[in-house]
Amino acid sequence: MKELNVEAKIDNLHRVLEFVDEELEGLDCSIKLQTQIDVAVEELFVNIASYAYEGGNGMACIRIDKEEMEPAIVITFIDQGFPYNPLEREDPDVTLSVEQRNIGGLGVFMVKKSMDEVSYKYCDGSNMLTIKKKLAG
Amino acid sequence: MLNINKDADGSKITIALQGRLDTTTAPQLDEEVKQLQDKVTELIFDMSELQYISSAGLRVLLSAQKMMNKQGSMTITNVSPEIMEIFDVTGFCDILTIK
Repeated sequence: MKELNVEAKIDNLHRVLEFVDEELEGLDCSIKLQTQIDVAVEELFVNIASYAYEGGNGMACIRIDKEEMEPAIVITFIDQGFPYNPLEREDPDVTLSVEQRNIGGLGVFMVKKSMDEVSYKYCDGSNMLTIKKKLAG
Repeated sequence: MLNINKDADGSKITIALQGRLDTTTAPQLDEEVKQLQDKVTELIFDMSELQYISSAGLRVLLSAQKMMNKQGSMTITNVSPEIMEIFDVTGFCDILTIK
């Protein structure tokens, strides 16, 4: 298990992605897989940086676990912001025309679509959002 | 990092993107798109050197498409398989003209 604790600020996005990519490098990931994981990590971290503390300052913890058996990578995002489950948000309608389209909710929708498992819990004052991606097949 | 190279040929503008179109770089492209004049009737995004796009980048493409619907056409070229998959998942493959 590895953890990175950073201030929940968009300026730290690349630090977070570097942290995740370093872990992925040793796992022989395809470019497709790495892109999917990077996008998911960006969307979730940016959500925390933008909304969790409602404009105030706070920390975000990114925890990476590897499941050797499957194999899979499990990444958990933890913040102490307001309780909020982004997975409850209604999915955007991706069949609408350009003029009708609104971009809201697209980030989390992409996470749900590209990851194998996504779950949320609120525990001891922390939002914990976990994504899991199988590394093979 | 994102490099934006703009090439104008009369009313046709080609914007070549190189690098990553993410939350930190999308505002740069948004600014470029907003600066395009009404006389631009053909906007082309060349994505041959673009490695990555997130929802922040999609947001800029959507607003560019909305703008160009009023004054001409917009085309996306040379999309990598990784970015194409993101367009597919989000339904952007149906609202953008991708060649």
